[in-house]
Amino acid sequence: MGLDIRWPIGLMFTLIGVLLVGFGLAKGAESVSLGININLIWGAVLLVFGVLMLLGAAKGGKTPPEA
Amino acid sequence: MPAIQLQWIDYTILVAYVAFVIGIGWALARYMKTSADFLTSARSIPTWVTGLAFISANLGALELVGMAASGAKYGISTAHFYWVGAIPAMIFLAVFMMPFYYGSKARSVPEYLKMRFDERVRALNSVAFAVMTIFASGISMNALAKLLHALLGWDYNFALFVSSGVVLLYVLKGGLTSAIYTEVLQFFMIVLGFAPVVYLGLKDVGGWHTMTTSLQTVATNPAAIYLKDPGTTYAANAWTSAWTPVFAGPANNPMGVDWFAMIFGLGFVLSFGYWCTNFLVVQRAMAAKNMTAARNTPLVAAVPKMFFPFLVIVPGMIAAALTTLPDKGYRIPPPVIAQANYDKAIADVKNANATDAVKIIGDDLGKKVDSGKILSLVADNAASKITDTQIQQGLYNSVAENDYDCVILSLVKKYCPAGLLGLALTALLASFMSGMAGNVTAFNTVFTYDIYQAYFAKGKSDAHYMWMGKVVTVVGIVLSIGAAYFASMYNNCMDIIQLVFGFVNAPLFATFLLGMFWKRTTATGAFLGLFGGIGSSALFHALTIAQGNTPGIKGGYLKVVSTFPSEMAQNFWLAAFAFIACFTLTLVISLATSRTKSDADLKGLVYSLTPKIVDNNAPIYQRPGVVGIVLLIVCIILNWIFW
Repeated sequence: MGLDIRWPIGLMFTLIGVLLVGFGLAKGAESVSLGININLIWGAVLLVFGVLMLLGAAKGGKTPPEA
Repeated sequence: MPAIQLQWIDYTILVAYVAFVIGIGWALARYMKTSADFLTSARSIPTWVTGLAFISANLGALELVGMAASGAKYGISTAHFYWVGAIPAMIFLAVFMMPFYYGSKARSVPEYLKMRFDERVRALNSVAFAVMTIFASGISMNALAKLLHALLGWDYNFALFVSSGVVLLYVLKGGLTSAIYTEVLQFFMIVLGFAPVVYLGLKDVGGWHTMTTSLQTVATNPAAIYLKDPGTTYAANAWTSAWTPVFAGPANNPMGVDWFAMIFGLGFVLSFGYWCTNFLVVQRAMAAKNMTAARNTPLVAAVPKMFFPFLVIVPGMIAAALTTLPDKGYRIPPPVIAQANYDKAIADVKNANATDAVKIIGDDLGKKVDSGKILSLVADNAASKITDTQIQQGLYNSVAENDYDCVILSLVKKYCPAGLLGLALTALLASFMSGMAGNVTAFNTVFTYDIYQAYFAKGKSDAHYMWMGKVVTVVGIVLSIGAAYFASMYNNCMDIIQLVFGFVNAPLFATFLLGMFWKRTTATGAFLGLFGGIGSSALFHALTIAQGNTPGIKGGYLKVVSTFPSEMAQNFWLAAFAFIACFTLTLVISLATSRTKSDADLKGLVYSLTPKIVDNNAPIYQRPGVVGIVLLIVCIILNWIFW
């Protein structure tokens, strides 16, 4: 309905992904859990997810609606 | 519950989420032109969105917290609530019932009942649903405000009003579509927010295999970690096998249920009663853009639903396993004890007189304590003076009671550094707010169309109903806040209210089943059958009790005719009984009364009078019948793996 939900989802997770990756890089010592820099790694996952959503939204506008 | 300190990054994630949900509402506002747009999304939403919203509307925070709690208490058997108690019903709804809900062009479930039966049945259903959904919303908001208060120290009122305010903003602007879109957002938040916690928990416990081995220790002696009373023991697979302990009988599984109650009570009556008739979820399927999309919605939802046990139940199992393992520094959290009580107990430990130390300390803490641990704590302190913090930790570990609702948060606190913590907490918050939004959007549709338009103001302009829809949204939020306060003050009353809702829901599916698949069902039959079903639920409850409970609100207050091994068993049998009563009454009364609607009236509303939907034009992976069978097979395979 007018707004493709993938835009807000993509934007939000890209933003949060960037925040977590940044925090993971800047404050590596505080981001560690069980020996893994979880902020960095998971932040990267979220970033990829967000970008994929945005790509889907960008392409989505061009396909005709299904019958 | 442990208090958690948030840092700026955690607050940033939280604020970002709130900004986005309000922004979604604002962006959708311009598309809200008719009451249909606002209240029912006017059949415009793609399948994947309605599918994820369908499952998300159901996945409230109470479920997240509750499933982890049950995972600790019962192990993998908790998955029955998904694999038996949801998937089959969702598939049935998709393949067999959506054609009637969607094809009838009813705007709500009560409206379908009006078309199929008459106004009395609609009134009964719409009023009951409206009341129940407001209370459900209030319960959710109360739990949220309490959580924010306990965890972050926010004032209860502040938390309640701010969360309600946020929900009000986006629902008022964007209507049902706003709620649906934010539910999809919430879905991803939950999956992405909690997956790392599960991963880290499994890593900490030493892997899946180590977890199952530890759970075998738990099963043979659950009293060691205070899961059951001392002396209780089960077969080693009681926490890791879903079916074998159930087939072994109520005494041999931690849930205390028998297989008939599980399959018929939960798997059929309660499950189908919820998934096939509850407007909160059905509304999302009705918002789909065409019939195929509507039928595929519950199927799309069934896919993540099937795998959610690994996200929400496994944390509870991890918690139980960690508690058993030494040197992990973790135990299932005890109930929250005020610092003042801890201080008194610390003083007791220092002045300890070994003979009555256990009693004195137990009294001061106000909970049952593990005498062995208390005595060794006292001895340690006498031998070499340990710090107050260490004494408190020792006391914390000695409390012989568990507060299971704290499990998921204790794991979040244990494994999430700042950053990830903000994500997990925002996910939890998102699901609470989403629960409120879902309930309010279901409420405003039912109230506006099935109560206001049906009985108070027929024939007004659509603009009037749209305006009313917005008013009802505000009223719905205000009532939810009221229900939240009620829940916080009158805990026992809430138990009674939820009990009554259970009575109302139990027989419901019988009415729908007969209505949709037997054209001879009459309106009088349906109405009286439903009433009779509700009455028989109440009667069953009044005459039975679960072992260990005293007659009263738990049942058996008229006379105890039958005792069940657990409350869950009592509940499942009550559902089975109510269903059979409603079904029989509806059938008999329908045969005894004459039909008020002709075959022509019922076309599209009853199975035998509706042309069968032919899916040959759709590619095979989009045909609901085919997809349904595939999902059922996958579900059976999952059950088999965890047999």
